Amino acid sequence: MSKAILYDATLCIGCKQCEEACARENKLPYDEAVAKEEKTSDHKFTTVMSLPGDKYMRKLCMHCADPSCASVCPVGALEKTKAGPVVYDEGKCMGCRYCMVACPFSIPKYEWTKQIPRVRKCEMCKERTLTGGITACTEACPTGATMFGELDEMYALAQQRLRENPENYVKQIYGAQQGGGTSVLLLSSIPFEKFGYKSNLPNESLPALTFRVLSHIPDVVSLGFVLLGGIYWITNRREDVALAEGRQAAKPNGDKKTRGQS
Amino acid sequence: MKFTMPRLTFWRAVLIIILVLGAYATFIRFFYGLGAATHLSDEFPWGIWIGFDVLCGVMLAAGGFTLMAAINIFNVKRFKPVVRPALLTAFLGYLLVCGALLFDLGKPYNIWHPLIMWNPHSVMFEVGWCVTLYTTVLAIEFAPMVFERLRMEKPLRILHFISTPIVILGVLLSTLHQSSLGSLYLIVPEKLYPLWYTPLLPVFFFISAIAVGLAMTIFESTLSARHLGHHLELPLVKDLGRIMVVVLTFYGVFRLLDLNNRGAMKYVWTFDYESSLFLVEIALSLVLPLLLMLFKQVRDSAMGLYLVSVLVVTGFITNRMNIAVTGMERASGVTYFPKWTEIVVTLAIVGVGFAAFAIATKYLPVFSANDESHLGPTAAREGAHALDQAPATFV
Repeated sequence: MSKAILYDATLCIGCKQCEEACARENKLPYDEAVAKEEKTSDHKFTTVMSLPGDKYMRKLCMHCADPSCASVCPVGALEKTKAGPVVYDEGKCMGCRYCMVACPFSIPKYEWTKQIPRVRKCEMCKERTLTGGITACTEACPTGATMFGELDEMYALAQQRLRENPENYVKQIYGAQQGGGTSVLLLSSIPFEKFGYKSNLPNESLPALTFRVLSHIPDVVSLGFVLLGGIYWITNRREDVALAEGRQAAKPNGDKKTRGQS
Repeated sequence: MKFTMPRLTFWRAVLIIILVLGAYATFIRFFYGLGAATHLSDEFPWGIWIGFDVLCGVMLAAGGFTLMAAINIFNVKRFKPVVRPALLTAFLGYLLVCGALLFDLGKPYNIWHPLIMWNPHSVMFEVGWCVTLYTTVLAIEFAPMVFERLRMEKPLRILHFISTPIVILGVLLSTLHQSSLGSLYLIVPEKLYPLWYTPLLPVFFFISAIAVGLAMTIFESTLSARHLGHHLELPLVKDLGRIMVVVLTFYGVFRLLDLNNRGAMKYVWTFDYESSLFLVEIALSLVLPLLLMLFKQVRDSAMGLYLVSVLVVTGFITNRMNIAVTGMERASGVTYFPKWTEIVVTLAIVGVGFAAFAIATKYLPVFSANDESHLGPTAAREGAHALDQAPATFV
């Protein structure tokens, strides 16, 4: 079954323990300066953003059900696992950065300063979660704002909270529909756009926009070959017929003779 | 043959300066990484190395497939004298695109990975395969020029035997990847500005590639007539110009209908950043060329057609740059302007292209079908003989 993270911003106290745990798990440097950076980067896979009035919101890879990054990667370096996490294989990656262009949440980050750079992003603690464990950020969260479990259970829980305490939340589970749904669900008491979450994402999966076109390639190739071959046959046969009928003795060019196949 | 030092002309001096700077920029790119060599960032991961070197590079090389289709499939034989320069441009263009990709890829040594690590859902995967195959096709289509020069007749006969399927394959591969470069952006409806984002992107990329292919053929025919001393086939160039008008008009009307149907007309006249550059693009690629071609003095003169072809090429370069850079900036939240190293590498690649074109036309029978004088009398006679024997399709 597919796992998911549920983050309820109304329970978050902004302690940033999830950030620290994430850094430790991914062997990234973490100190006061990094803690102050309120954006994800090649050395920070999750961040707790804050707004006045003790409003918090986490940002991390959404682990889409049908991820754009995995769909556009020409070498399949990014992959959506059955268990939920979208994982990255740096050995396959050739560094085209199409994943960064395509991701609707702008999650994949690049090691711009390195001679041999990698794409970096949250992989939902794949070593832990693919073997039945929970993510480091969930484990570290002291208030239960971040939870980890089966996707449908997390979704049901989010719905239940919206139903039971509607006054605490904006009426939306962010991630339930965006881009065909994600494996990270967010609840908030203020609109998600205030934290930079896009409100203009289609509810259908984005890779479908591309595949609608790509799936026609076999047709284009097979029909195209027949069509172009047919046009070639007709246009060149006209010439042969004219030649045979003796109408066109005007330019018996050397190269005309050699085309015997048609 | 004794090597004589070439004369230092203005353009050669420019080329040398560009190449020296390019070499330094290359050093920075490969020793200090993409961060040091570019103004790219997590917010703006694709710059002019993709926007110009790849998107425009492939588009500018479209003359090869356009003319091969016209001559060999639609049997419009009178365009033959301009097909070789177009093929040379295409072949050099694709080699340079592959070279440019090595600069842009973070791990250039993995460039071959798409050939064995498949992901058929990826447009990039498809483009990679098409470009690889089409570069091979172009090498085969280009090879007769080399074999003729070396007077090797057996390979010429083999090439002739496979010529028809190769030409058809080349046209199909071009159709696929010229349009797929537009499909690259289908997946970012919320990032690409509505003046450019349309589900029809692949169709527009394909039609404009044909227009640019024709414009480039006019451009390089005129330019090489002027600077390399070859005879210009004015009647042919005039015909190319007329076909180009038809393609441009079709494209223009289609583009207008699409803008209207998507309700994007309201973004056209706002005169903000995107709107201004959109209007520049449309003026250069469509309005000015079509207006100029209304005049007989323009469409019947070599100079007029040259000017129009330059406008069309510049206009569609603006189109590709608008899609790759202008249209992506607002959603990214940052502005992007290329670093000097990015510009210099691009200029160096263009410079190498011009130099390689000039050298190839000097040593290979590129224009020899209608101009053999530069080969010397004996070579000219034997060249003519080789041409008689040569495969119908590739001459």
